[in-house]
Amino acid sequence: MTIFIPTPLRQFAGGKDSVDVVAGTVNAALDELTRNFPDLRRHLFTGEGKLRAFVNVYLNDEDVRYLPQKEATAVSTSDTLSIVPSIAGGR
Amino acid sequence: MATAAVPLELPQLTQDELSRYSRHLILPEVGEEGQRKLKAARVLCVGTGGLGSPLAFYLAAAGVGTLGLVDFDVVDASNLQRQIIHTTADIGRKKLDSAEEKLKALNPNLHVVKHDTMLSSANALDILKDYDVIADGTDNFPTRYLVNDACVLLGKPNAYGSIFRFEGQASVFAAENGPCYRCLYPEPPPPGLVPSCAEGGVLGILPGLVGVIQATETIKLILGIGSPLVGRLLLVDALNMRFRELKLRKNPECPVCGDHPTVTSLIDYDQFCGIAPAAKQEPALKNGIPQMSVTELKRRRDAGEDLFILDVREPFEYQIANIGGTLIPQGQVPQRLNEIDRNREIVVQCKSGGRSQRIAEFLRQSGYTKVVNLAGGILAWADEIDPTVKKY
Repeated sequence: MTIFIPTPLRQFAGGKDSVDVVAGTVNAALDELTRNFPDLRRHLFTGEGKLRAFVNVYLNDEDVRYLPQKEATAVSTSDTLSIVPSIAGGR
Repeated sequence: MATAAVPLELPQLTQDELSRYSRHLILPEVGEEGQRKLKAARVLCVGTGGLGSPLAFYLAAAGVGTLGLVDFDVVDASNLQRQIIHTTADIGRKKLDSAEEKLKALNPNLHVVKHDTMLSSANALDILKDYDVIADGTDNFPTRYLVNDACVLLGKPNAYGSIFRFEGQASVFAAENGPCYRCLYPEPPPPGLVPSCAEGGVLGILPGLVGVIQATETIKLILGIGSPLVGRLLLVDALNMRFRELKLRKNPECPVCGDHPTVTSLIDYDQFCGIAPAAKQEPALKNGIPQMSVTELKRRRDAGEDLFILDVREPFEYQIANIGGTLIPQGQVPQRLNEIDRNREIVVQCKSGGRSQRIAEFLRQSGYTKVVNLAGGILAWADEIDPTVKKY
């Protein structure tokens, strides 16, 4: 499946704007991503392994927080994950 | 359908306005009634920079009756790569004045209200309460959260847009039954993680794209037409020219707009975003030495107090500029202690406060009890007290 990497985090993912991973659930996909790009880990997860509150993960167009199985939701190869961090620029 | 509150009695359009807005009047979705709603509407643009420029321009063109502008900044050359409401001739000028001039040139019917201030917890509710829609075009996290919370507390929709490098986001927050910014991002990122436009750079056209999206949403809210971005986050990727949409849900546990809100008044947003308050003054004590400001020194000298100003610079520096202190260059101080009276209050001074601090500490160690350091040195004196004192 494809994981879209937002601009502020691309520097930690080798400059890529998307990464393809093979995984069965949202969690597994994020684990695979941070295995390949360890620097991403601390920007996405707290020390306790929880997703940081200023980062949202969407499975296709749904926020993973609101899915019944949350990060344990099963994914298929045609699904996409979007990481959407907060940005504040306006000027 | 999300709408902004507009008065029941809509103002009439003048003959001039009927011709000016003819292209709106012939659109079924607007018509004369819609144009009158626009005339009655009051929109607050927070920020007249990258997002604020296209936003304010298009709202003025569309016939919004009253535009409030909030900005305390001054036009800088580096703004002109994207802040198209300002021109080269405006460099150095207050953005509010520059923006007002261009907006009224475009549409003299527009009533502009200038808020020459930084939005804060102390003034936000008071400023926002007189407007129907708030369009947030600011550039930092604390203000984003402040505007959001104020909009939820006041029940005003927030046409949100933000940008970073070549990506943008847009949505409508705080609409009735819709999510707010905190539903999407309960917590801000730690300071320093997401750079500002000045630090990270921004493609000049990007705020143009996103600002007009905000203006579009604002107009839709006023007219009550179409489908505003309530519960939807629009993601703009300018480099790939891709627009994606994500679902935004209202969080029932949101501390501001949820079923049991815990934030019922505005908070300290700098603290919330982990930003330490700016130190306005030098610390009062540095390594045990009291610091005296140049303002304090002037006041006490003028009051006739008996202060011994010990200038520890080199003779050539004293020649360039001095404030009448007794010159004992720092290297000679240990041998000339007999010239420094222990019973008087000693104010140690140098060029900028560094050497004098070290000498003050040395004097204290040598048993002097009444020693202070002149913070900022003669440079601070030239800046704040007497500009005729030469800086070098």
